[in-house]
Amino acid sequence: MVQRLGTKTAPLTWRRRSPAQSAILWLWSAAVAFAAAWSVSALDIEWAFFADAHEQAVDLAQRMWPPRWSYLPLIVRPLIETIHIATLGTAIALVLSVPLAFLSARNTTANGFTWAIGRALLVASRSVNTVIWGLVFVAIFGPGPVAGICAVAARSVGFLAKMLAEAIEEADRGPIEAIEATGAGTAQVYLFGVLPQVMPVLIGTTVYRWDINVRESSVLGFVGAGGIGLYLYASINQFAWQQVLVVLAAILVIVLASEALSAWVRARIS
Amino acid sequence: MHPTPSPATVWRRPPLFGSLWRQRLAVAAVAGYLVWSTSTLEVNLERVLAGFPRALDMFARMVPPDFSRWQLLMNGMVESVQMAFAASLAGVLLSIPLGIAAARNLAPGPLYLAARGFIVLGRTLHEVIIAIFFVKLFGFGPVAGLLTLAFASAIFLGKMIAEDIENVRPGPVEAVRATGAGFGQVVVYSIVPQVLARAVGLAIYRLDANLRHSTVVGIVGAGGIGQTLSASFARYEYDFSLAILLSIIALVALGEWFSDWVRRRLR
Repeated sequence: MVQRLGTKTAPLTWRRRSPAQSAILWLWSAAVAFAAAWSVSALDIEWAFFADAHEQAVDLAQRMWPPRWSYLPLIVRPLIETIHIATLGTAIALVLSVPLAFLSARNTTANGFTWAIGRALLVASRSVNTVIWGLVFVAIFGPGPVAGICAVAARSVGFLAKMLAEAIEEADRGPIEAIEATGAGTAQVYLFGVLPQVMPVLIGTTVYRWDINVRESSVLGFVGAGGIGLYLYASINQFAWQQVLVVLAAILVIVLASEALSAWVRARIS
Repeated sequence: MHPTPSPATVWRRPPLFGSLWRQRLAVAAVAGYLVWSTSTLEVNLERVLAGFPRALDMFARMVPPDFSRWQLLMNGMVESVQMAFAASLAGVLLSIPLGIAAARNLAPGPLYLAARGFIVLGRTLHEVIIAIFFVKLFGFGPVAGLLTLAFASAIFLGKMIAEDIENVRPGPVEAVRATGAGFGQVVVYSIVPQVLARAVGLAIYRLDANLRHSTVVGIVGAGGIGQTLSASFARYEYDFSLAILLSIIALVALGEWFSDWVRRRLR
């Protein structure tokens, strides 16, 4: 007599998903497809532009070649200015981010109200793009690198403070209690118990943000906030495509160099 | 018995950069840089000082924010959201072949180098610069913005996917290959299951990033709320600008919260 093993027979064919799982997957796919169709149809895309886009691109490439290298000496100063904007902006952000981080970390903020203020400042700083901050500061300080520095600082302070606040919240209680036990005041506890613990995060994040900022500074000139962007924009508006290529190559070099430098520094401190 | 050195009676903060000399050198270098950079910047001090009363004046004109033209505002916001969404999807689709081509363990040498070169080039240039070129090719409007964000997303996701593919465990790949599977089958049955969870998380993150970037490509005429904002600044309608800025902050915060929520659930 054949004895049946178990109550259920195993399915003969292997399936990756149960029917319920695949139904959910199909539902999600349909939702995404529907949203995509809605997005694309509502954007009023002029498909005719796609027809000759490749010809336009080839045309543009031909106009860019050969690069006018004689333009290079003229853009050395704005290139240096671009890096200065990034560095000074990051430096200001670094100074401002420390108090903001202590304000918006749950374990160091004074009360719920100050925490909410800190968090609101973080969100506001981070949600507005550097270029839009540039627009605001150009309206205040007029065109020039000062507006750019302020824009970089305004965007970076939220980024740095958020990372720092997270590090403060995860700080080890031991050293903090030890400092408290010596009778230290709040400021001393923060300075000697918390800050040394989060220092590696602070430096690493700052260096990382600096190299992002070099990239951001390269376009601040579009809104008049100083740096190489102004020259790029001017060259494009004059249809001086051979100059555009030189500027793009120069931007490529400084961005890649700053990225390499930042990666090297971060590898050394961690 | 060894004489133990008497401990210092005064505590000194341990230097940050290894030795005291290195720390002094670092501080001096930073100070020197700050002096050099501030002296070479062409700062019009009068203009900057005039900025502080101007800032107060501007602030006074910004408050209260003017939401009366909410329809214009809504149109810009919806356009940004649509741009971001369509661009994320297009970016995901484009990033799959790019990611495979840029994975050392899947792609042949020359293709790998070409794909990596393309990624480095694309990552370096800021979205706004890419947007200018798409505006030149496709005219003003959201199409240029959509293509810019799709391009940037494909590059970002392609890089991440390539790195994930390079880090897959070789066991399942060999097992599937041993069954006689072709290239496509190896990818679908051994690589995709290993990288899918993280890739979905990254795609959601990118949606959030695109939402952020969609607010800025409008500065060069590539559609979205950025174009509305730029126009309001050009017309000195600062109260409308503030309304737009507040809306952008709300949208971005919402997008970030959504992206965090989804990624937490995926884990």
